[in-house]
Amino acid sequence: MNMKKTTKYICTLIAAAAFILLLVFLESNKNTYGMAVTVLQKGFILAVVAVSMNLLNGFTGLFSLGQAGFMALGAYTYAIFTIPLESRASVYYISGMNPVLAGIELPMLAALLAGGLVAALFAAVIGFPVLRLKSDYLAIATLGFSEIIRALIASPQMDTITNGSYGLKSIPAASIYVVIGLCVISIGIMALLINSSYGRAFKAIREDEIAAEAMGINLLKHKELAFVISSFFAGIGGGLLAMFMRSIDSSTFKIALTYDILLIVVIGGMGSITGSVLSALLVTASKEWWLRFFDEPLTIGGVSIPLFRNGFRMVIFSVLLMVVVLFYRRGIMGTNEFSWEGFFGLIRSVPQRIGSLFRRKEGASND
Amino acid sequence: MTKTILKAEDITMQFGGVVAVNNFSMEVHEGEIVALIGPNGAGKTTAFNVITGVYAPTNGAVYFNEEMVISNFPQGKMKKMYAGENHGKYTKKLEKTPDQITRLGVARTFQNIRLFRSLTVFENVLIAKHMRSKANVFSATFRLNGKEEQKNKKETMELLEIVGLSDLKDEIAGSLPYGKQRHLEIARALATDPKLLLLDEPAAGMNPQETDELTAFIKRVKEQFGLTVFMIEHHMDLVMEISDRIYVLDFGKPIAAGTPDEIQNNKRVIEAYLGVPEDE
Repeated sequence: MNMKKTTKYICTLIAAAAFILLLVFLESNKNTYGMAVTVLQKGFILAVVAVSMNLLNGFTGLFSLGQAGFMALGAYTYAIFTIPLESRASVYYISGMNPVLAGIELPMLAALLAGGLVAALFAAVIGFPVLRLKSDYLAIATLGFSEIIRALIASPQMDTITNGSYGLKSIPAASIYVVIGLCVISIGIMALLINSSYGRAFKAIREDEIAAEAMGINLLKHKELAFVISSFFAGIGGGLLAMFMRSIDSSTFKIALTYDILLIVVIGGMGSITGSVLSALLVTASKEWWLRFFDEPLTIGGVSIPLFRNGFRMVIFSVLLMVVVLFYRRGIMGTNEFSWEGFFGLIRSVPQRIGSLFRRKEGASND
Repeated sequence: MTKTILKAEDITMQFGGVVAVNNFSMEVHEGEIVALIGPNGAGKTTAFNVITGVYAPTNGAVYFNEEMVISNFPQGKMKKMYAGENHGKYTKKLEKTPDQITRLGVARTFQNIRLFRSLTVFENVLIAKHMRSKANVFSATFRLNGKEEQKNKKETMELLEIVGLSDLKDEIAGSLPYGKQRHLEIARALATDPKLLLLDEPAAGMNPQETDELTAFIKRVKEQFGLTVFMIEHHMDLVMEISDRIYVLDFGKPIAAGTPDEIQNNKRVIEAYLGVPEDE
């Protein structure tokens, strides 16, 4: 089925307008829908990082696990430059702030950009040696880098800059519109990149390095480019996370964070931008919100079910993950992207799918 | 005399103690179709990989358009282990990477087809245009190179029409039938604007009819794009029909060179392919 371009535009406009209306509605009823507001923001922030990881792992075929490290760089840069001057003494109450940094306060956007640039700079420096490695070895090298960054941030020698293991607080927040707006812009830029001539070169490297090189693609240059850009947006994502959480410390950026993002990428589909976004929202929502009631004590007919206690939701979550991975081996979207044709096609096929489900059952009982 | 477009001098490639190619020299002149033949394991693909920059030779040099592009001599551990000839003749180390060689105008295909399998036919060919694109990553991302992109897409479409793949342009490359994949690989190589086309066993695994089609195809694109062709091939019908000259390798050593007629009657070539009778 083919749809006209204008029809697609109208559909997109309607969806965007509906989304903005939803945001306005949620924001103005924050007290009732607090959880939805939180989940949306965190989901979108993780979506930025997931897409950045997908750019590297799914589109360029470089298996890197350094995302948390680059997020930490972005988050700390953002925090250091935006904590209001008057509250700095109370934040750095142990050893005071480095006199060079103490007088500098940047506007929010500049600090966010600086965070991305710092992450990109570190990526550029470690990229040259590290990107000569392949697959698992690259993963281990980037994982190691990420841990080094975390350890450095927490070290007492960095007290006057990062406040060591005490973390940073009083980070100025932004409204939900700014946070989600910035997320959408970041994801949009990455999507544009992936659909450009450079994006095609990245995909060529993923498909076959030797053939890509024979097509005149400079492997190291393009891998470095993908690595730096991915890290830049991981840094931006980290900055946004700091903006959203308002207080950060080094334990926020443990390896577990990278795994969470890898999980989002795999569930969404390696090589699908919309898959990553969708999966970031679904994973965040089910982890933080929809599965909450598993954590509450449950009593049925006077008998309290022993399993329902704090932490049980994570068990359910893990089981759900296994189910998803078993049934969608290549993630929810595979390497496909969302399209209106696909969407309407899916809706139209629902009755048929349900029908075939029943037919199969009948067939089975006949045997 | 016509210009020498590719020249290899005393190419020796030694892996550990194994000399895969030993002192191989050859020349390809502009507008020729030259074939490299030899029994299995003779070192043909290795010679190809040296010429395209995939391997740095242990000793020897490669010239493209009379400009030296690759040169090497035994160094380090290889100094003692070197078992080839012309030790000490070359003293310069010059290694171009495969992408740089491609930029110079040398395109190649692979023995075991290497397409970008999960991308479409159109994308496969379009990717080859990337290296000539002048846009940097910013202008490409923010679509400031619209004109160039349009031009590349138009040229890709034209090329697909010439090679007869235009109606398959939205197919996934990996799902094409084998013969079409071979054609696509050649089309993709053509998209890099080559002067010299290197084909590594283009007819491997093809039936006689497909081989005939391929022969006609190679002749046609050679004329249309003004190419010079250097190829490795096992199908003797194809080789004898289209080559101007033939080089023969056996156990890494060049054993003969000449026109198809000369090669067909060369005793050493016949021995290499059929073996030496015991009573001789």
